[in-house]
Amino acid sequence: MNIVVYGLINSLLLVLMALGFALAYSVSRVPNFTHGALYVLSGYLTWIFLNRLGLSYGLCIILSILCVTAMGWLIYQLTVIRVRGMPTSEIIVTFAISLAILEFLRWRGLRGATYVLPVFHLSTIHIYGVPVDAQRIIAVVITAVIVLALWLFTHYTKVGLGLRAIAQNERAALLLGIDSDRAATLALSLGSALAAIAAITILPMGNINVATGYDVLVSAIAVCICGGLGSWTGTILAGFVIGFAQMIVVYFIAPHLAMVVALAAVILILIFKPSGLFGRQKELEERV
Amino acid sequence: MAEEAIRRRERLDRGVKVRADTVYAISSWKEMMFLLAPRAILIIGLLCAPLIAPNLYWQRVMCILGVYALLAIGFDFLAHFVGLICLGGALFIGVGAYVSGIFNHYFGLSPALTIPIGTLVGALICTLILLPTLPLRGVYFAIITFVYPVVAERVICAAGVLGGTDGIPGLTMLPNTWVNQYFILATILVCTFVLRRLVNEDIGVVFRGVKDNDQAIRASGISITYYKAVAVFIAALMGCLGGAYLAHLYGWVGISLFAMDFSVFPLVATIVGGPGTLVGPLLGSIILVPISEILRAFGALRIVFYSLIMVLFILFWSEGLLNWARRKYEQFEHWVKV
Repeated sequence: MNIVVYGLINSLLLVLMALGFALAYSVSRVPNFTHGALYVLSGYLTWIFLNRLGLSYGLCIILSILCVTAMGWLIYQLTVIRVRGMPTSEIIVTFAISLAILEFLRWRGLRGATYVLPVFHLSTIHIYGVPVDAQRIIAVVITAVIVLALWLFTHYTKVGLGLRAIAQNERAALLLGIDSDRAATLALSLGSALAAIAAITILPMGNINVATGYDVLVSAIAVCICGGLGSWTGTILAGFVIGFAQMIVVYFIAPHLAMVVALAAVILILIFKPSGLFGRQKELEERV
Repeated sequence: MAEEAIRRRERLDRGVKVRADTVYAISSWKEMMFLLAPRAILIIGLLCAPLIAPNLYWQRVMCILGVYALLAIGFDFLAHFVGLICLGGALFIGVGAYVSGIFNHYFGLSPALTIPIGTLVGALICTLILLPTLPLRGVYFAIITFVYPVVAERVICAAGVLGGTDGIPGLTMLPNTWVNQYFILATILVCTFVLRRLVNEDIGVVFRGVKDNDQAIRASGISITYYKAVAVFIAALMGCLGGAYLAHLYGWVGISLFAMDFSVFPLVATIVGGPGTLVGPLLGSIILVPISEILRAFGALRIVFYSLIMVLFILFWSEGLLNWARRKYEQFEHWVKV
């Protein structure tokens, strides 16, 4: 029972981590390799606001989400916009910014148990005899709400459809009056905001450290590859597959191997079903 | 109304360059020197460098520079001639080092044997474990290769095999500092010139085809995966050679050989030195490794520094040093009215 409940929660947390990256990269084709860095950064900012400036927790959360969203906007407007359309340079630039942020935080001494965010609500609930803390329940609820909202947003609103359009055919989107730079900026800012929300929901369960940044980026990419580009169903399903696999390996073999599972999942998917579980954009030639 | 003069910069190949490009026309010393000078400066400069290095510390830096340069050239080859952005430099280094370390420690072979074995077997292992990811392109390939060394590190830690977190100490050291330096410098020169020749051979044309239009290559009945694997094998040979060499230079292998520096540095060196030139990354390493040694005191801030240089170069000077220098060397530039 432990494995079922915690596997379920772990899977949804993975989905939550991957959402920001999925929205920016797999839906709108704007690479956001700063995802992991922004995730850690928003945790760090919240901690600073909370402990150095002594603001109330709710205000800290809102402030750090706003800051990180602004970061996403700035990253697009200052750097990515100059290399848009050159995938290699796009990757290198965002990846370099991510390294710069994470290694700067490492230099500032971001490690160890000092940096811990308080949980939203301290209590424990029993589900079929398995104790689960309130933070995890809240995280699950938040994930569900965001997934639903994003699905509606990208399928039924004009702006959301615009985001999907620029991934499919940027020129045709321009012809139809979609400002592709504005849409891409929006995708990156929203992706960053989602990274911040994920961080603030998930980080209270552990402490904030630099390595998390890399882990989150890798998990997000693993979920996106396994799920297939442009498919929310696939993303969520992939989250479940990887989440349960990780839980089983961690429970029965060794806790260090969670990342190995993500990589193994990617490799297996690539061998047996290269377009991902529910890949719709195979024709976009991301893979051969 | 004053008319704004619209001007553009016109570039013309120098006469000597035009004649020197066609081999049969090289008839004068001047033209031969024009072709030879840059190559001679590189070769003589590299071979003299160990003589200039003031002390043992800087001689050691020279050896490490060589390893980074090998990785950077391999990265440039994969990224700009085959279209695979491989951030797994640390994987090549780590695997090469561990293979030669194992042969040295458990089988007692001498470095003269373990370095070639480490290079070949290591490159084979790297190619095999990267094989499933070869269908990936661009972003995904970059990130997956970036993850490999991290995973390798964790597996070794968690499983406690191959010395676990302590690594394998007590390997045979290389004989003396002159052999160390000249071995790696000679290797760099050979690799650079061989690769420059290779990318202009038939196989090089296929490689560039894989990069520019893999569907066309496929339509010609050529297996893309095979050629990608060959290219990865070539880059892995260079990386693993670097790794095997490092193992015997330090006399120790450990998980720090999977460190991120080995993956990120080649990228920076390539971008600064001039992407797509193969010599550029070498130049980049020659410039950046000493700077990085001077900045050693700043610790983690060094990677921040690399990253910012990388962003600035890509945004504002994406041609890099060597492409710029080559343009200045081979072409006239002057302003003309449009």
